[in-house]
Amino acid sequence: MARTLAQINAVTSMNLRSIPSRLWTSISTVVAVGIATGVLLSFLAMSNGFRSTVKGTGSPDVAIFLRKGGGGELNSIITREQVQLIEEAKGIAKGPDGKALLSAEMYSVVDGIKKSSGTKANLPLRGVGPNAVNVRRGIKISAGRMFQSGTAELVVGRAVSKQFKGFELGRTIRLASQNWKVVGEFEAGGSVFESEIWSDIAMLQGLYRRGSSVQTVRARMEDPNRLKELLAFSDADPRLKLDVKAETEFYANQSRGISDLILYLGWPLAIAMSFGALAGALNTMYASVDARMREIATMRAIGFGGLPAFVGTMTESLLLSAIGGVVGTLFAYLLFDGISASTLGSNFTQVVFSFKFTPELVVQGVFLSLIIGFAGGVFPAWRAARVPLLAAFREQ
Amino acid sequence: MSEALIVLKGIGKRYKRGKQSVPIFEHLDMTIPRQDFAAIMGPSGSGKTTLLNLLGGIDRPSEGTINFDGKRMDNLSENQLAAFRAANIGFIFQFYNLMPMLSAAQNVELPLLLTKLGPRARRERVKTALAVVGLSDRARHKPSELSGGQQQRVAIARAIVSDPKLLLCDEPTGDLDRETAGEILGMLQTLNRDLGKTIVMVTHDPEAARFAKRTLHLDKGRFSEKDLNA
Ligand SMILES: Nc1ncnc2c1ncn2[C@@H]1O[C@H](COP(=O)(O)OP(=O)(O)OP(=O)(O)O)[C@@H](O)[C@H]1O
Ligand SMILES: [Mg+2]
Repeated sequence: MARTLAQINAVTSMNLRSIPSRLWTSISTVVAVGIATGVLLSFLAMSNGFRSTVKGTGSPDVAIFLRKGGGGELNSIITREQVQLIEEAKGIAKGPDGKALLSAEMYSVVDGIKKSSGTKANLPLRGVGPNAVNVRRGIKISAGRMFQSGTAELVVGRAVSKQFKGFELGRTIRLASQNWKVVGEFEAGGSVFESEIWSDIAMLQGLYRRGSSVQTVRARMEDPNRLKELLAFSDADPRLKLDVKAETEFYANQSRGISDLILYLGWPLAIAMSFGALAGALNTMYASVDARMREIATMRAIGFGGLPAFVGTMTESLLLSAIGGVVGTLFAYLLFDGISASTLGSNFTQVVFSFKFTPELVVQGVFLSLIIGFAGGVFPAWRAARVPLLAAFREQ
Repeated sequence: MSEALIVLKGIGKRYKRGKQSVPIFEHLDMTIPRQDFAAIMGPSGSGKTTLLNLLGGIDRPSEGTINFDGKRMDNLSENQLAAFRAANIGFIFQFYNLMPMLSAAQNVELPLLLTKLGPRARRERVKTALAVVGLSDRARHKPSELSGGQQQRVAIARAIVSDPKLLLCDEPTGDLDRETAGEILGMLQTLNRDLGKTIVMVTHDPEAARFAKRTLHLDKGRFSEKDLNA
């Protein structure tokens, strides 16, 4: 056993020390593996960041009422009478005024101009009343102040002012054929709400000629378990018949499609590049074995087994690929970690999120590179283990 | 203990070439006594290297038996043959076959990695072997930093370091000038005379063959004549 290890050791170290004589093909393998790993990780980090932004939105104890079968907020409509009925439902927490803690809201889409590309993109414009902040948790005005009811004032999410033109505090901006003054900026714990613009609900109802109807109602429940009662309540009354969902569930459903899409783009691309890297690795490793043919045969003639030759070649392949994996990971991390991006969220509005690297992602990247190293090494290593001994007698 | 180190009886060897089977030897008999120094000469393609491979356990005969030191070796498995080679045979090649990444000392040490010797004992043995070939001062040199003759001396040190009974040399001076060849052949002669190593050497060069105790001529798969050297 100890002797086998000593053999493996000797052959492997010879093998690795001979890498400089195949410098360029070795480097190209490292680079190819690095690119494949980097691409995969970038997509994973994107999907991850998007998912954690959307998933971090909403609380389990907030119920959201929507028109049945409507899907998103944009298509929903709820009448004033229905809002009044909901106020009577059991299980809804009471606000400081003793009334049910709920927030009736409008939801529409306006154009914004991206700072990075100068292109148009959809932004959600949400009309809210004073309870919007009370029903949700973690909404904080971080600059300026809240808008005043009945005025054409706006507050914008932090991500909006960061990524879109014209939303600086004090600026006037034209949206939905109305001039608005930006009076405040808010934080919402990195959630989707930070990609929204908020204004007074009455202003929006007037602008869109909606009368007294709204689009969604959010209600803070006494606890998350009351959702069943609210559902039963809504189903029992023919005048309601609304969809009732926990806010967390609502956003989780919306995020799934998009983050899956990112993954479905990312994995095939990474796999295609992995095949390229694999071809490179195979080429490098066969070249390595061919270059060492006489050495390997000589070792065998001396009495060394085939195993050290196999392990030596395998180690070289795994090492080159692992270096590629680490380099690719490092590059992807330095280039993308924490970088903001925006993509289409639900209702074709923009969701601003950050690429997010996690240790699990890095593990996946290194795993991919080791798979390439293994697949690229195993056949050449097999050839190395079976070099004919007679090769020792031939001239190089 | 028998007189002979190796006895070949009724050896046949065929290579497959496509569908054809090409015979190299048929019914070849040969005996190599202990402490022999035999030169094997013969035209190209006559089977000299093939014979050396059979003697060294690198290749197996198609027919016949080979006894080494009184034991059958023609029927050993591949792993047994590797162990047999490690214990009994030292190879010296025409092109030295040193590992370019390793120093002279590390090259010489390689066969010892197959023994039970510890690092310290190995270092002692390497030192002795390098001293025998007169290269103590080149222990740390890489093969590329040595002349052809010096490289072949390192190869000889590697061949003798684990104290095998038999040295097999295939054109050991085929790549060297006459003077250097003389040094190498003298060294083999000394190993044979003073250390009692049995040596079988393939050569094209009649001058080289004169260093051996006897010369065998191989032609068309047979030994055509034997003549004792001086
Ligand atoms: N692995 C092999 N497969 C098929 N034929 C082989 C193989 N090795 C050798 N031969 C053939 O066997 C014959 C003897 O070869 P061998 O190498 O023993 O000759 P040699 O006497 O050493 O020649 P040289 O003086 O040129 O080295 C040749 O005809 C050769 O082509
Ligand atoms: Mg030959």
